[in-house]
Amino acid sequence: MEEIYAKFVSQKISKTRWRPVPPGSLQTVETFATGSWDNEENYVSLWSIGDFGNLDSDGGFEGDHQLLCDIRHHGDVMDLQFFDQERIVAASSTGCVTVFLHHPNNQTLSVSQQWTTAHYHTGPGSPSCSSAPCTGVVCSNPEIVTVGEDGRINLFRADHKEAIRTIDNADSSTLHAVTFLRTPEILTVNSIGQLKIWDFRQQGNEPSQILSLTGDRVPLHCVDRHPNQQHVVATGGQDGMLSIWDVRQGTMPVSLLKAHEAEMWEVHFHPSNPDHLFTCSEDGSLWHWDASTDVPEKSSLFHQGGRNSTFLSHSISNQANVHQSLISSWLITDPAKDRIEITSLLPNRTLSVNSLDVLGPCLVCGTDAEAIYVTRQLFS
Amino acid sequence: MEELDGEPTVTLIPGVNSQKKQMCFDWGPGEMLVCETSFNKKEKSDMMPGCPFIHIIRKNEDVYSQILRKLFNESHGIFVGLQRIEEALTGKSRKTQLVRVSKNYRSVIRACLEEMHQLAIAGKDPASDRQFSIQVSSLSAMELIWNLCEILFIEVAPAGPLLLHLLDWVQLHVCEVDSLSADVLGSENPSKHERFWNLVTVLVLQGRLDEARQMLSKEASTSPTSAGMCRILGDLMRTMPVLSPGNTQTLTELELKWQHWHEGCERHLQDGTFASSPHLESLCKIMLGDEAALLEQKELLSNWYHFLVTRLLYSHPTVKPMDLHFYAQSSLDLFLGGESSPEPLDNILMAAFEFDIHQVIKECSISLSNWWFVAHLTDLLDHCRLLQSHNLYFGSNMREFLLLEYASGLFAHHSLWQLGVDYFDYCPELGRVSLELHIERIPLSTEQKALKVLRVCEQRQMTEQVRSICKILAMKAVRNNRLGSALSWSIRAKDAAFATLVSDRFLRDYCERGCFSDLDLIDNLGPAMMLSDRLTFLGKYREFHRLYGEKRFVDAASLLLSLMTSQIAPRSFWMTLLTDALPLLEQKQVIFSAEQTYELMRCLEDLPSGRPVRGEPDAQPLQDDDVEATKVEMLRLALARNLARSIIKEGSLEGS
Repeated sequence: MEEIYAKFVSQKISKTRWRPVPPGSLQTVETFATGSWDNEENYVSLWSIGDFGNLDSDGGFEGDHQLLCDIRHHGDVMDLQFFDQERIVAASSTGCVTVFLHHPNNQTLSVSQQWTTAHYHTGPGSPSCSSAPCTGVVCSNPEIVTVGEDGRINLFRADHKEAIRTIDNADSSTLHAVTFLRTPEILTVNSIGQLKIWDFRQQGNEPSQILSLTGDRVPLHCVDRHPNQQHVVATGGQDGMLSIWDVRQGTMPVSLLKAHEAEMWEVHFHPSNPDHLFTCSEDGSLWHWDASTDVPEKSSLFHQGGRNSTFLSHSISNQANVHQSLISSWLITDPAKDRIEITSLLPNRTLSVNSLDVLGPCLVCGTDAEAIYVTRQLFS
Repeated sequence: MEELDGEPTVTLIPGVNSQKKQMCFDWGPGEMLVCETSFNKKEKSDMMPGCPFIHIIRKNEDVYSQILRKLFNESHGIFVGLQRIEEALTGKSRKTQLVRVSKNYRSVIRACLEEMHQLAIAGKDPASDRQFSIQVSSLSAMELIWNLCEILFIEVAPAGPLLLHLLDWVQLHVCEVDSLSADVLGSENPSKHERFWNLVTVLVLQGRLDEARQMLSKEASTSPTSAGMCRILGDLMRTMPVLSPGNTQTLTELELKWQHWHEGCERHLQDGTFASSPHLESLCKIMLGDEAALLEQKELLSNWYHFLVTRLLYSHPTVKPMDLHFYAQSSLDLFLGGESSPEPLDNILMAAFEFDIHQVIKECSISLSNWWFVAHLTDLLDHCRLLQSHNLYFGSNMREFLLLEYASGLFAHHSLWQLGVDYFDYCPELGRVSLELHIERIPLSTEQKALKVLRVCEQRQMTEQVRSICKILAMKAVRNNRLGSALSWSIRAKDAAFATLVSDRFLRDYCERGCFSDLDLIDNLGPAMMLSDRLTFLGKYREFHRLYGEKRFVDAASLLLSLMTSQIAPRSFWMTLLTDALPLLEQKQVIFSAEQTYELMRCLEDLPSGRPVRGEPDAQPLQDDDVEATKVEMLRLALARNLARSIIKEGSLEGS
């Protein structure tokens, strides 16, 4: 974590996302997308950290990230996800969900598909509807799931004009984020501290499972699932707490970790190195949680965990004590707390860090102070 | 009335003929609304078509510049860092810190300057080019002033080093020499280049004597006739005594050496060593600090402060800070020579040389187009403890006044309001009230934005604003038929009245539809249920339904009864509750005891008298009297039967 580059971009950044690297390719991470919010004109932009073939005097890469192209976006960009290599899905505060297509040949973005009233309110006693912000989107080719302040869940397919499935009034409060659990199942978090699991195979408007924080109903703002162990889920709340859940058992979080001083806006497991977790917050901090320290025998087993995860999930529930070492390092309660090493990644406190994304050795985050930070040596 | 410091600027409103029409206006926090009025002294002008627009006049246009936004955002971080500098830090370490902060500010200005410059020469369209070049000159003036203030007020360089700093200052800001040098050295034969002597002169004027010597050696190698003279002049340049930072020599030593060197130069001039070369002779005169010779190079000096520094370099190298203003004034007079009058920038620099900080800030406030510069500079100088005694006759002190002005400008902007918050925080006297007034006016377009505003308020214990924001959001949710959301917001605001209102809506919906919505919220109310009686009732009533659903009839029955007897249930709802009791009364086993049945009967009998009571917020619309009467009859019958059964049951139990 020696070099972290900042660039001021004259717009408040609400979301940052790396473009996925095609599986099996040797290509390196080099492009990311950003969305802006609370500007008079908002944009979805693509940036490159590539070196454009010119090395600087030290023989290293040029530090700055360069703008490739951008396109106007109506309303705040509330969420942003890469659908595939070329397509980006953006959620808008106008309730609109847009798929943008990137043309690498002439470096432009265009609208490829749009669902204009994906999220809306219906006023009391009147048929007229007003738009409701779409707060979260998640993609798993070819499906796109969106959630909004209207408590609605939409399931779209990239090639369909109409929603495949809509759950009206899925939640009585605002849904803040959504992620896939296993393919037909999704996870949502809401503003009264609940984590709900929905199964699209089931008809009806009821979630298949509700998990919740006890007592205070602290709103949850973000959710991410462990890339290999699908029952392990991390959420971040309004009080800045990091909660780790095991969705197979119990209705309460396995552990609550005191983290930031204000809203945790995003939490991400490292996709290929899931002992590492990253969080960012309204208080202007960006943290790297490392649960791999001091447990060498565990991490060696853990690294193979990717392929065997179904096997693991069966064995753990029955024989937790015997296979202690196979349990995800995130699920070990109490003693785990002092094992996790936390590093703050940003040199000085700024305004809210709204979004972050990690891929390979690279991390990108965007702030309300209108800066984008990029580092390419996460684990050096 | 106060005396004006300058003529107020006139802004013309397009489409309004101010000669014939009248205008009205209204103040906003950072803007002004102007429109044509229909009020006329004479009726005949009524017929004239007016200007149909309302115009918004923005006070500080700079806030809307895309590039200056980077300046605002980046300097915000520096500003916040500066406020956190330990007050206890004193002496040298404090000074180095402050100088570093000042340099950081300047580097941000320079970064913006460069980007703006790039855009200005990119030349997309003439109008924006002109706009950019205006901003470039304004930014470079800011940097120039800031740098001088840094040397004089923050660094507080003593005699000796002072001149070195000033020399750096001039070298940094009169930078045509670099392109000239590249031009000359890039040519085939530098010494024959038409501007070769210009370059050498400029180098000497800027005190870059090493480079000047190299140039002279080029000349010497190409023209053997002047080689000897060049060598002598080069030696003079080499031997000029200068203060070097690592050196321990005292000022007096330096002055002695310098005097000696000066006399040497003068001898050469009198001996006519350079008589055959006018170029070399003029260089020698410059190095003697000859004013006439210097003024001949007006073109190359380009401005009076360059003239001042060069003049000091070659005639008073150990000038004391206190004497600066004297030389500055005479340099300005000599340089302008009565031909033109000093411009605002000249006045600002002059005020700095006079160490009149307040005058510097005042002049800057008048002539610069934004508050950024004065606010940040004043704040920094205040941290150097240079402004403590100064209080204004309005508001608080000058630092705070300027910061407030700047922060208000940020709040007027669509997206920069978040930066303004921190500036208000560091205004001890009026910052908080200003923040309170501004924060309420931020449009809450999404919940996410509202949460950010809420966080700002909660961190500062602004309870009134927190309540009002939550209330706005709750109202919005009600309007959108999002009762669950509305209830969460009113719970967060601890707004009992609104919670009651929302609970009533829930109950009404229940009466209409026969089922509850938003169970995920109502079932998980927890202690928040105690916020209002109606909310408690809602929660408990829902609990009754759950108990009933789980077939825990006895618990359900006693809960139902207690809702009425404890007066938690609104009277208007009693009929519904009693109707809910019907199926319990009709169960095979006896659920209500005799005593409970008596109470139920009393409740039923209380009802007609309770009916006309006004003020029940949700008095149900009068139902069909027949239906009502039948219901009452059925209830009476059921109650009587239940009473009979319970008496028998209780009697037999006691008997056994």
